[in-house]
Amino acid sequence: MARIIKDAAIVECDAQLLRFSDDGSFAELPANGLVIVPLAQYLAQKAALTSRGDFGVWLAADDEPESLGADAASLALIAVEFPAFTDGRGFSIGRLLRERFGFEGELRAFGDVFKDTIGYLKRCGFNAFVVNSDKNLEDALLGLNDFSEAYQTGFDQPLPLFRRRP
Amino acid sequence: MYIYDDYDQRIVDQRVVQYRDQTRRFLAGELSDEEFRPLRLQNGLYIQRHAPMLRVAIPYGHLSSLQLRKLAEIARKYDKDYAHFTTRQNLQYNWPKLEDVPDILAELATVQMHAIQTSGNCIRNTTSDQFAGVAHDELLDPRPWCEIIRQWSTFHPEFAHLPRKFKIAVNGAAEDRAAIWVHDIGLNVVKNEAGEIGFKVIAGGGLGRTPIIGSVICEFLPCAHLLTYLDAVLRVYNRYGRRDNKYKARIKILVKAMTPEVFASKVETEWAFLKDGPQTLTTAEIDRMQGFFTVPDYTAFAGDDVGFVQQQLDSKAFARWVERNVFKHKQAGYAAVTLSLKKHGAAPGDASSDQLAAVADLADAYSFGELRVSHEQNLILADVKQADLFELWEKAKAIGFATPNIGLMTDVICCPGGDFCSLANAKSIPIAIAIQERFDDLDYLHDLGEIDLNMSGCMNACGHHHVGNIGILGVDKNGSEWYQVSLGGRQGNGATLAKVVGPSFAQEQMPDVIEKIMAVFVENRLGEERFIDVFDRIGMLPFKTRVYAKETA
Repeated sequence: MARIIKDAAIVECDAQLLRFSDDGSFAELPANGLVIVPLAQYLAQKAALTSRGDFGVWLAADDEPESLGADAASLALIAVEFPAFTDGRGFSIGRLLRERFGFEGELRAFGDVFKDTIGYLKRCGFNAFVVNSDKNLEDALLGLNDFSEAYQTGFDQPLPLFRRRP
Repeated sequence: MYIYDDYDQRIVDQRVVQYRDQTRRFLAGELSDEEFRPLRLQNGLYIQRHAPMLRVAIPYGHLSSLQLRKLAEIARKYDKDYAHFTTRQNLQYNWPKLEDVPDILAELATVQMHAIQTSGNCIRNTTSDQFAGVAHDELLDPRPWCEIIRQWSTFHPEFAHLPRKFKIAVNGAAEDRAAIWVHDIGLNVVKNEAGEIGFKVIAGGGLGRTPIIGSVICEFLPCAHLLTYLDAVLRVYNRYGRRDNKYKARIKILVKAMTPEVFASKVETEWAFLKDGPQTLTTAEIDRMQGFFTVPDYTAFAGDDVGFVQQQLDSKAFARWVERNVFKHKQAGYAAVTLSLKKHGAAPGDASSDQLAAVADLADAYSFGELRVSHEQNLILADVKQADLFELWEKAKAIGFATPNIGLMTDVICCPGGDFCSLANAKSIPIAIAIQERFDDLDYLHDLGEIDLNMSGCMNACGHHHVGNIGILGVDKNGSEWYQVSLGGRQGNGATLAKVVGPSFAQEQMPDVIEKIMAVFVENRLGEERFIDVFDRIGMLPFKTRVYAKETA
């Protein structure tokens, strides 16, 4: 079973991340177990997914969190793909989901995720990390603690340092 | 100047630990080249032509003598005994060992310095007017605002991996000395009709392969809203800037593609959600920052120093240096001095360890222990008593930093070029040196008056050739180095981009080409007219005709 980082601990996770096939079709949902479906599929199949339960939605870097909008607040899990760690669009997506659309569930980063990015990701509202398979998970976990202080606002610290300095 | 508290120090110290571990993992094979590259770049470390190059941040160009001494010491201990000042008011070491960089950073941290975000696709060092706080034409000291931006942008979690590099400049004076029109964001301090101070926000300017003068996206931004507005601009750019092609990834391309009006309205929409949020600056914070940039303990003088006036009459050489290298101060009896790092025959912007240490001594003796770096790659002592100028001039001469050429043609802005930079298509330093040698006659040089000559070894335009009155660009033609000349560019207020004269020239032709351009200028000049004004009046054709004329037997 895959191991991920969640809430600063290493946990087991058996979620199935579903993608569209190359021909644009979308396979039948498995009868049970946690599935994470693409945003477009969620928007197309909202009622069926909601009645099935046990699902999350994932966004690609160029997906618009606005198209999820207020729905975000009702979801339990949203995942965001980082096709390369240097693609920072997902950082903005995280903040928008958390700070604008009231998402309170599990926000999971997957793709090119490792020790050197998860500190930033945490500050943008991510609390779960599917670390790149060629990287050490225990090592990555330490990346959450590289910095004990930050100047700007973040989801983890909504007050900038200048409002906290004694 | 700004002094770190425990928070600032902790962030910089923790960065050293983080980077040490990144270097260790890279050397242990746990991080690939591809992974380490963006990480080291965000810490200013390039792998260059001959060796790594480390770019150290000098926030808005401000240094203490203590910091400069440390920079000299590092050059001595870890490099080849010299360093290079850049057009972003930073400092570069050209020969450090990759393995030594964590130790260098640890040493920098002891004097409140770092290399954070001096490269990479993130928000870079904010640049400003080298005469900030002392300029006679200043509306508001930009330095507290630069420091506010420095802190906000340091490890900004949302903007750590932007589509491309991002550069901000702030100008607080009537004359723009920070090149705000050619930055990703330029901030110009303005006063509105109600007499309130705010910022005019310019976005989407830049040089490089697609030079563009920026567009005003906000005519008046109240100061307190600076950071929420910057967050909005950066968020729009981070989300919508092109990532498919690095040459089209700068914000200037996005602003142009959307049109400045649409871009501004996108920002406005985003800003509506952020405005008045916790990043809104408090009066207490603004006051705190301004408290670091108070006027030093000036001696009160009624007017100009009598001895200083006499010394200029007595010594033509001194008078010439004063004319070129001394800038009018807002405090009576004081002056701001530019130490020229453009001695003829030396690489522009370079300084040896001994020179750096000597300048630190000059700062202590004459300018409250502080100095600045200009984007023209010179050093400035900002608070010198007029009565001390003669003595300072003699000492600056002794270390080779008193060439009286500020603003003149040999005060070349020049990137390191093909001698050092792996991006360059052509050398730039030898061309700069050849031109300096050709125009070594100081009387002639002074007669020619103000001419900005800017040179880049490739189209990335680190030497800002597009905004030089004369611009030189190194180009590669079938594996050999050629030089394209452009005319008519200018920085500052009313910035314009230079136009290419025509086909490029070989290296050895360059001093002749510049001499012909000067000949056309001199023949057409009315009185003391500046080169750029002559160019505007007579246009490109006479210059073009002369430089391409066949030699007649």
